[in-house]
Amino acid sequence: MKAFDVRQCRILRREELVPGVFSVWVEAGELAEKAAPGQFAQIAVPGKTLRRPISICEIDKARCALRFVFQIRGEGTEILARYEEGRSWDILAPLGHGFELGDCSRKVCFVGGGIGVPPLLEAAKPFGANASAVLGFRTKAAAILLSDFERQGNRVILATDDGSAGFHGLVTGCMPEDCEAVFACGPTPMLRAVAAWAAERGVPCQISLEQRMACGVGACLGCACKLKAEDGGWRFGHVCKDGPVFRADCVLFE
Amino acid sequence: MADLHVNLAGVTLANPLIAASGTFGFGREYGELYPLSTLGGISCKGLTLRERPGNPPPRIAETPGGMLNAVGLQNPGVESFIAHELPWLRQQGTVVIANIAGNTPEEYREMAERLSETDVDMIEMNISCPNVKQGGVQFGTTCEGVTAVTSAVRRSCKKPLMVKLSPNVSDIGEMAAAAEAAGADAVSLINTLTGMRIDIRTRRPIIRNNTGGLSGPAVFPVAVRMVWQAAQRVKIPVVGLGGISTWQDAVEMLLAGAAALQIGTVLFQDPYAPVKILEGLSRFLEEEGLSSVTELTGAVRPW
Repeated sequence: MKAFDVRQCRILRREELVPGVFSVWVEAGELAEKAAPGQFAQIAVPGKTLRRPISICEIDKARCALRFVFQIRGEGTEILARYEEGRSWDILAPLGHGFELGDCSRKVCFVGGGIGVPPLLEAAKPFGANASAVLGFRTKAAAILLSDFERQGNRVILATDDGSAGFHGLVTGCMPEDCEAVFACGPTPMLRAVAAWAAERGVPCQISLEQRMACGVGACLGCACKLKAEDGGWRFGHVCKDGPVFRADCVLFE
Repeated sequence: MADLHVNLAGVTLANPLIAASGTFGFGREYGELYPLSTLGGISCKGLTLRERPGNPPPRIAETPGGMLNAVGLQNPGVESFIAHELPWLRQQGTVVIANIAGNTPEEYREMAERLSETDVDMIEMNISCPNVKQGGVQFGTTCEGVTAVTSAVRRSCKKPLMVKLSPNVSDIGEMAAAAEAAGADAVSLINTLTGMRIDIRTRRPIIRNNTGGLSGPAVFPVAVRMVWQAAQRVKIPVVGLGGISTWQDAVEMLLAGAAALQIGTVLFQDPYAPVKILEGLSRFLEEEGLSSVTELTGAVRPW
């Protein structure tokens, strides 16, 4: 069986969660069956040379459907956001190495920042009430997916940069101390802080990284990220194949 | 069915489509999607004598009709390739081309000597990588450089030798002729054109290396022109590459004078592009009543 493949995926449901951020459910056939939390898809944009890497937000294996939540960042994502229900995206998926969830009876913490929140949703699902979802946004109006996490039983802790809702400050200011593992996705400064928070407490931490990408499958070596090497030095790994999820203590932040 | 076989410097390819170096790794990833025997050959990721970490990220930037890259020859080194990649590749039923890059003519020679002891089918000498400080492109932009490195490698290379030429030159025909005179069995062109993009808010180049190599449909007309010019200057086969995305592009490149083709950047948009290009090419040959794809090579009727 192919680990990943290309498929024309019909859009089942599309909505704009907050201005510029879209939620899209697609009918994904066997791609959904193969998908795991933390993996991503490469979505083709007509007229563009490169596909757009977008993380998988939810996997519905019963309906063979995948959910993507993404932000319009430029021309490519804007074109994808314009696709209406009934039309199809050309999707290459599932790609990369996702979250290793381990024992779901542990108390764990999912930490997301902004558009880094979506890939955590599926990963947090099996933990139910054992998971806290610490979700940070610029401001209240930018907050997304809070009710989605609540609906699957996770304890949601909201943080905003401007204090317009929830905790006023950084996510590391409101992460519960009693957690046994951390899973994070968001901007690099946040990931660095979360990784340091976990390292200080000796808690294992996995983080999902982002990088400019071309092939998405590990062939072109475009999406390099600096990793600690076994010999004490460093090496360039690749976000698309080695990641996007890495053990935080293996990543060298620049 | 028209015959798609081509002969490239004594090596028979099942069809003229070769995966271009740097876009296909060592074949394992796209091998998930279709048998690698679909392709006439694979030009492997560029190898250096010793492992290279490559350039810091970002290494990629999209451009109108194409992309820039500055991967910087990240590779595990020639010995690791021979030990860990070649045995698997050899079993995939396709022609294996080892692509090499060096800092000095001696490094190129040493790699060619080492690879001549293996069962790779062919060696492609990359003297046109724009993304590394030393090596590569400085040999590819003057006739003296092409001559020096090609003749050094020729002495130790027991495999068919293909020289990959840079488009960042004023007369591509001269470069092809210099490679042929120094003993090359084939030339491949074009490598990427040096380019640059700048983020207008941060005023930083998007690529950490500042400049990168431009590939994709945007360079296709330049590639067709250069293949046409090179093919008129040399008797050895010319392998055409640069932005081929459709079967029509493949036909065009063959008409310009290419004996075989390489495809690269299009894979990122459509990993199945080789399958589609070959289907279209076969159909075209049938429609045109041609019995062999070789009949297209150089068959352009210039004004």
